[in-house]
Parts: sequence; structure tokens; C-alpha cells
Amino acid sequence: MVDIAFGPERGKRPDTANLQDTYLEMVRRKRMYGGILLALFIATMASGWILADSRNAGGFWNGILNVFEFPSEVVAEAWEKRAAIPALFVKHMPSLIETLNIAAVATLLGGLAAMALSLLATRGLARWPTMIPVFRRSMDALRAIPEIVIALVLIYILGGGPVPAVIAIALHTGGALGKLFSEVAENADLKPVEGLQSVGANWTQRMWLGVIPQVAPNWLSYALLRFEINVRASAILGFVGEGGIGYDLKLAMQWGQGRYDQVVAIFLLLFFAIVVIDRTSDYFRNRLVKGR
Amino acid sequence: MAAVDINLSGQITAGFARKRLMAFAVPGVILLYLLYTAVAFDLAGLAQRARMDNAAILLSDFWTHKTHITRDNRNGAVSAAIEGESKGAYPPGEFPYWVTIAGDVTTIDLGTGHIVTYDAAGARMIVPGYGTIDIRPDGNRLVLSAPKPLPGWINASDTRIAVTTPAGRFNYTRSKVETFKYQAGWELFFFTLDSPFARKGPLELLNLAAWGDRVDPDRSNIGYMVSEFWTNKMWRHSDVFWALFETILMAFLGTMGAAIIALPLGFLAASNFNPLAPLRFAFRRVFDFIRGVDGLIWTIILSRAFGPGPMTGALAILITDTGSFGKMFSEALENIDEKQVEGVRSTGANSLLRARFGVIPQVTPVLISQVLYYLESNTRSATVIGAIVGGGIGLLLTQAIQTQKDWEEVAYYMTLIVLMVMAMDTLSGWLRRKLIKGS
Repeated sequence: MVDIAFGPERGKRPDTANLQDTYLEMVRRKRMYGGILLALFIATMASGWILADSRNAGGFWNGILNVFEFPSEVVAEAWEKRAAIPALFVKHMPSLIETLNIAAVATLLGGLAAMALSLLATRGLARWPTMIPVFRRSMDALRAIPEIVIALVLIYILGGGPVPAVIAIALHTGGALGKLFSEVAENADLKPVEGLQSVGANWTQRMWLGVIPQVAPNWLSYALLRFEINVRASAILGFVGEGGIGYDLKLAMQWGQGRYDQVVAIFLLLFFAIVVIDRTSDYFRNRLVKGR
Repeated sequence: MAAVDINLSGQITAGFARKRLMAFAVPGVILLYLLYTAVAFDLAGLAQRARMDNAAILLSDFWTHKTHITRDNRNGAVSAAIEGESKGAYPPGEFPYWVTIAGDVTTIDLGTGHIVTYDAAGARMIVPGYGTIDIRPDGNRLVLSAPKPLPGWINASDTRIAVTTPAGRFNYTRSKVETFKYQAGWELFFFTLDSPFARKGPLELLNLAAWGDRVDPDRSNIGYMVSEFWTNKMWRHSDVFWALFETILMAFLGTMGAAIIALPLGFLAASNFNPLAPLRFAFRRVFDFIRGVDGLIWTIILSRAFGPGPMTGALAILITDTGSFGKMFSEALENIDEKQVEGVRSTGANSLLRARFGVIPQVTPVLISQVLYYLESNTRSATVIGAIVGGGIGLLLTQAIQTQKDWEEVAYYMTLIVLMVMAMDTLSGWLRRKLIKGS
């Protein structure tokens, strides 16, 4: 009699008599593999930290004891001069606004580029379907270049100021948002697009009236998330290059003792700006994606 | 019925009016904002400050190198050096093929008919379509004779005369005369001129490596070549390799360390695992605080304590990401399916076993995909953090840019960074597919 539960072929049937043994054997093998992987991972991590420690100027155990030395020194000085801090808030406000402006403009420009790129790179929506791989790869390339590379090169050409940072962040944003946008657009319903095509709409009209309204909430939500990231990036670029609150922070840090009240004021400004933006964008993203 | 219809059409008309208003208002507001920032960022002033000549230098330097042919006017000694650096100097008495020396007279062929001659009287340059630029010293000043009027690409004063042509540049000062010839390619990328393998073609090298007699009797030619390449003083391949490795190390250690620390903290901050609301609240605020302080500030604080190097960068990434991972992990843990936990509980498992067999298998795919996503984005961040803490390829890049000299090195580092990020992208995508879909 053919045992249909295991198929007609003989020889390939599991050994029903020793089912338990076979199962335990499998579990044991799985655990062994897991154990080996875990041991490898731990060994990599440990040797990695040891290597990083040996290539560092100051050692780990030396540093861990001093971790609070610098912050406490800064806070102590700022506490003495606490009366001056509100005035410093006002003084550094323009730099903060510049940092936020850099992030906002970069997100806007990058987002607009991402809209076009993503539609051109989405199957079923693309204007030139044969060009899809070209647009995909160009988005990959835009994402791969770190902002600092473009920013530093542009600073050499354009001089300091916010524009190099805007261009650098916008290019990266275009690539990063383009990928996310195109994932959203892939899931868009094609019926409105077909409907528009049947009444003779051209490609731009089909996209603007048929696709954008469907994907707008998700796109906006991603763009807001990107804005959060870009605020941080713009602060960091300011520190490395020129412009915005990051540059103020660098100047105050380079001055060192005597300007720690400025350092604290800038820390606080940046901290509150980031928290407020995170909170606001969280709220709006929830409303956009989950409905009101 | 009619009343309802009127009402409805009124609503629809109002809706259309609102939409039309929005359709004009939103682009209008965006445009106004962009105009405001254009003024705030001083775009008009930027157009004047922009150094397009710098851009030209940069673009040509990215893929060319220049060779300096220098004559010291005090003792008449002529020397050749790539990029004018001692690391790239030709051995004394040796010159590139386009330089001929006969006694006192040095002839440099810059190509396309541009010929520079140094001789005892001074130096002259023949520019096709223009004429001969002749320079000779007269006491303390330089005398220039060239067809009038002088074009813009000749910059002449009593002490210094500079000629810039597409074929090359020519500089005459009292102490020395220099000619720069630009050629495509990254010269000396493999071997510097003091190496026995310098200025050999690929076939010649292959021949040497495979069949040739040993250049150094103590070791094989291939081994010698690798070591000469590795210790190349001009391009410093070993330093660059270490810098790339350090950058990846920072990203790996930081991301994985953060994930290991954030996992137990995520349990403590998830409402279905930690019944103590105040403790939960405290952990959440700690995560928010860490994320709010931002990687830049953590990096600065840590580099004060630990000094420059890759460990500081790894710790900075670790701290920043602990906040993000803690938040994401606790959210993932709150969204699990309770049925599996119940099933494990029904066998009498304690809370640790329930977490191990009921929870971890559910959240692993989410966790792994987030960790891998962060690993790939941290490879980029590690470049920037490296520039601040002083480690990895970010440091090399900023140094190369700040010296404003070796743009071909900048191009090299940029290429390497992009390749590194793309490789990490591919690796993390591959791992994600392997680990999550289990194929």
C-alpha cells in the first residue's frame, strides 16, 4: 500500500519510528549552528573593540573615568554665568534658523527631485519604461555619496555659507526619498491612471491627478521624517564646514574655557529644536498615515 | 429631496473652491519660502564669491597629474618631479621622455607645438598661433619680450612672469623657472619612481611577475610588487586601507553594540513586559533624551574624554543608536502577537523562557532588518563622525581637501567612500534577504 501522506516514492519517507530522535537531532544541529554563529559574533565584537581601543589616542578605561569631566566643567562654568544664557539664546537664534532653513530647503528641493525620479523609476508608471534601471541606479548613486563629501568639495568652489550644505543634503535626500517614494508609488492603484489615459491625459496629468493624490499622505510622512534627519545632518555639516548652529558650536568649542556658557546655550537650543521637531513631525505623521 | 441636492452641490462647490485655493496656495507658499531663503542665503553674493577657476582646477586635477620641470637659476640644476613633491621626484639625471637636455639647453615639448626652452640667456616659450615669449633676467628685474598686446593668460611683473596655456603652465622668477605639464591619469598610483617597478607597462610587469628574474634575490617578484604597492609613499595605500577598515569598524561596533544594549532596555520600556508604568516612562524619556541630544554633541563630548580615534567614533554611534533602537525595539515588542506567548506559558515556562521562545522569534525579522538598515546608514555617518573625531577615511578626506593641493587624492578617497557605502548596501541587503526570508 502506498502511504499517500508521504508521497509515492519509497526511501524518501521520514523515519516514523524514530521521529523523536530525528527531531531532537535537528534541534541539536540547529543549536550548534546558532552557538557557533554566536561565538563568532562575540569573538568579532570583542576583537573589534580591542582593535579600536588600541588604535585610539586615549584608552577606554582612561576615558570612561573622564567621561563626565568635560560636561561637568562646562556645566559648572555655565551655571556661574547662568544669567547670560537667555541673552545667548537670542544671539544664536539666527544660526539655529539658518540650520533649520538649510534642512527645510534641502528637504523641499530633494523631495521635488525625488518625486520626479521615483515616478520615472516605478514600474507601470514610468514615462520611459526602458529607462527605469538608469533612474534607479542614479538614485542609488545619490544615496551612496555621503553629504560631507559633496559639501567639502562645494565649499572649496562656492566659499563658505549655507548653499554648499543645502546642495549636499538635497542631493542625498533626492536619492533616499526617491527610493522610499517609489516603493509607495508601486502600490498605487492604477485604475485612476487608466481612467485619465482613456480621456486623453498626458503623462504629467496622469501622474499629477491620478497618482499623486493617492500617495501624497505617505510621501509627506516620509518627507517629514527626512526633515528630522536633515536637521541633524545640517547641524553636523555646520560643524565640519561652515554655517548654521554647528559652526557657532565649533567656534565656541575651539575657544574653550571662558565660552562654555555659549556651548551650553547652543546645546540647549539644538536639543530643544530637535525635540520639538521630532514631536511635531511624529504627530503629523501619525495623522497622515493612520488618518485623523 | 431638492433641499438635500442644493445642500450637496453647495458642499461640493465649496470643496472644489477649497481645493483650487490649495492648488495655488501650496506652490505659492513654497515659492515664497524659497525666495525668502534665497535672500537669507545671499544667493546673489554667492554668484560673485563662487570661484569657477577653483572648479576648473578641481575638475582637471581629478583625473590628471602634473609634472614639474624646474631649473634652479642660481646653479643651473634641472630637476623633474611629479606634483613637485620630493616623493614623486625623478632620480637625478633622469627625465620624462618629452624633456631633452643638451649641455645648458633644456627643451620641453608640451605637445600641440608648445615648446619651452631653458638656456643660459634665460627661457622662452613658443605658443602656436601667438608667437614666442622670451624672458631674460637683467640685473634684478625680468625682461619680457612677446608680441603686443599681452593677452590675459600672460601675467607679468618685474619679479615674476606666469604663462598659462591649455598645454601647460610656465613660471619664471628670479630664483627658478618652472614648467608644468598636465597629463591624464593618476601617476605613480602603483609604484613610486624609486621603486624598481616604476614606469613599466602592465605587460612588462606581468612578464616580470610570472617569468622574470628576481629583482630582489631574497623574495619573489610578486611579493616585492605587492609590498612596493602597499608602501607607496605617494598614495599611501596601506594607510587608506586602514582608514576604510576603521570606518567600517566604527559603524559595525557602534550599531551592533547599540543593538545588544537596546534589546533588554526595549523589554523594560514595553508596556506588555514591564508592568511598572513609572519605570517604563523613565526609560522612554531616557531614549528620547539620547536621541534628542544628537550624534554631533555625543561625538564632541566623547572625543574630549577618549581622544581621537575609531573607538570614540564607535562609542558615539553606539550611544546615539541606543536611543533609536530602544524606541523602535520597544514599539516592535508592543506589537507582538500574544497568542504565541500564551502557548509557551501554557507549558509552564517562566518569563525568561517565554521571552526566548514566544517573543524573540516574532520580533527577530523586524529587529534584524532595522539593525541592518542602521548598519548601512551608519557607514555613511561614520565618514562624517570620523572627520570630527579624527579617525577613518573621513579624516583623510577632510585633510586632503583642506590642504587644497592633491585633488586627485580627494577624487580617490571619494571613489573609495562611494564604493564602500555601495558594498555595505549590497551586503546588508543580501543579509536581510538571507536572514529574514530564510532562502
